[in-house]
Amino acid sequence: MRFFEYEARELVRRAGVPVTDYGFTTEAEQAGEIAARIGGPTVIKSQVLSGGRMKAGGVKFADTPEEAVAHAREILTLEINGHMPRGVLVDPRAEVEQEYYAGVVWDGTRKQPVIIFSPVGGIDIEQVAEEQPERVGRRHFSNILPFSDFVAKEAIASSGVTGPALGKLVPIVSRLARMFVENDMVLAEINPLGRLADGSFVALDAHMDMENEARPRHEKLLGELGVGKEETRQAREPTPFELAGEQIDSSDHRGVAGNVTEFDGNLGLVIGAGGGSLTLFDAVRAHGGRPANYCEIGGNPSVSKACGLTKLVLSKPGVDKIAVMMSIVSNTRVDIVARGVIKACLELDFDPAEKIAIFRIPGAWEEEGFKILERYGVDYADRSVSLNEAARRAVEKIQGAGATAAPPQGEATA
Amino acid sequence: MSILVDADTTFIVQGITGREAVNLTRECLDYGSGAKIVGGVTPGRLGREVHGVPVFDTVAQAVEHHGGPIDGSVVTVPPAFTRDAVFEALENGIKLVVIVTERIPRRDVAAMVELAALRGARIIGPNCLGIIVPDVIKMGGIGGPAKNAAQAYTPGPIGVISRSGGMTTEMSSTLSAAGLGQSAAVSIGGDAIIGSTYAELMPLFAADPQTRGIVIYTEPGGRMEAELAAWTLAQEESRRLPIVAFMAGRFMDEMPGMSFGHAGTIVEGKEDTASEKIARLANAGIQVAERIEDIPEMIGSRIAERASAGNGTGSG
Repeated sequence: MRFFEYEARELVRRAGVPVTDYGFTTEAEQAGEIAARIGGPTVIKSQVLSGGRMKAGGVKFADTPEEAVAHAREILTLEINGHMPRGVLVDPRAEVEQEYYAGVVWDGTRKQPVIIFSPVGGIDIEQVAEEQPERVGRRHFSNILPFSDFVAKEAIASSGVTGPALGKLVPIVSRLARMFVENDMVLAEINPLGRLADGSFVALDAHMDMENEARPRHEKLLGELGVGKEETRQAREPTPFELAGEQIDSSDHRGVAGNVTEFDGNLGLVIGAGGGSLTLFDAVRAHGGRPANYCEIGGNPSVSKACGLTKLVLSKPGVDKIAVMMSIVSNTRVDIVARGVIKACLELDFDPAEKIAIFRIPGAWEEEGFKILERYGVDYADRSVSLNEAARRAVEKIQGAGATAAPPQGEATA
Repeated sequence: MSILVDADTTFIVQGITGREAVNLTRECLDYGSGAKIVGGVTPGRLGREVHGVPVFDTVAQAVEHHGGPIDGSVVTVPPAFTRDAVFEALENGIKLVVIVTERIPRRDVAAMVELAALRGARIIGPNCLGIIVPDVIKMGGIGGPAKNAAQAYTPGPIGVISRSGGMTTEMSSTLSAAGLGQSAAVSIGGDAIIGSTYAELMPLFAADPQTRGIVIYTEPGGRMEAELAAWTLAQEESRRLPIVAFMAGRFMDEMPGMSFGHAGTIVEGKEDTASEKIARLANAGIQVAERIEDIPEMIGSRIAERASAGNGTGSG
């Protein structure tokens, strides 16, 4: 879960890293008051969960409070990559001698956190690593031993930094590493970390990302920062369709029937499980199909949950048919999913045989499941039909259906 | 032969009285020659039984009751308690821990993996279905009830490693239908940090005389495939086991920052994308299948090529 810059800076401040005397506001007028308090040139920054703020016009410089108000007014209504800003941050324009980079991330191969440090800050660290690899220092650290400051010292020193700066940087980077672990972050980055004329350091921008799975552990902190439980902070905001899917999934605790993502096609997908859904979504697209959604069934959901998810997909505008497909199931029961999807069709007054393009879920309780499908005339397949072939048949059927309603141009002239 | 487990492997189930754990215990007892589940642990339930398996309050009690070291543990406790349960298993001398639990924060997983390394133990998972040696033993929910597992998995020459539990069964079933059985199949889990990666399991398969080829299921996210490619290239060419990979989630390349299917699929850098991984695997001589049904033919002919070249027959 990503944090806005104003939240990330607060996290850095709480960790004991010096920050500038910034202010956050959602009101343009108040931006002027903050600028007046700062008393000097300021930077007005859009608080938005998207990169490329500068390019999009979301960062502007002001010399007076009046100018700050004007910029804030503009930025507050400026959409950046599909995101509206949460507010603006008013920051004193610091006189920086040099910009550094300090970050902590996970290394999945070493299975440890790693400190990354560079005296070349203010730009993308991946670019520095490519162009000046000798100026990037890295050190992994233990998750069992308490963090020891020498790790930070080694990371900084190996980037070529020495002298008085080294001594000042060690506690800052150590605090960043500790806060990364303590707060279950997947990314904790100060970039740039500025060195001022007097030799002291100050965080000028920060990026923080907390692991979703760990959110329940940090309820108090998130509450203090004002992060709502309903905020997903995904790369794009959830749609009403996706939120409805989440509600169905949380309706009872048995299994999963959710993780819905909306797409704009005509073929509704009731698919599972994790890996099966990825494979099937690819297969539908490879055959020229246009999925209306992505979703996941797994862990043996109840009939009502499978039914709820199917109804949601069937009711989506533009959905002509659905395909019900999973990789071979061993925990989820075929008959329960079969009952759920047929119930959904019947409750919406659809003929299951017409609406369900294909049902391909082999595995536990398949004899019982197939019997139910037969009774309703639904086209089903066992494990001898591959995931790819099932997806192909579903796409073929829906394209046939589309052709009778409104023949595609190519076919009409043929 | 097999890797990790065999008919003599003893193990416990931590969290054995939970609903899913009770099913899992039944499945493992019923499968193959019958798993040697020598105990279960649920604090406060000492003296109970689950399908005839005695329940203890602590792992130490289970070890004492068994009268000697226990080989493995299947951990099914809720995410908030998993780290402690795994530490308990490791500190009581258990060398193979299969973690079924999902949604464990990385910090905890990393701590478990680090302690396991210090204790000379191995972790499979988390968020996985475990290990199966066809017709011999299964440790975990892999393949489901014994009857269903027997339908999908057959003994043979292929090692299967998969980031998806369900796809382990789907691919093994496809291989079995084509007459290619499995030496062992390992569901390694779909999280960003896991106990055993492809590259970490490869030496075990490479040392197993029954294994002649490897089939893996992969996804976007993480560096695990890059690690496998590097490991493969570091092996002497004549000693490389043929590997065929299947890559799911190719559509995710168009949706950076989103995660689908498993927590570990989030693409955080350009190295994590499906297309980048496919290129890396191919560069290491690992064929990437477009469709699951193409896998048996691909791995079969690679094994045949290698045999006719005089390698991999076990004579060297």
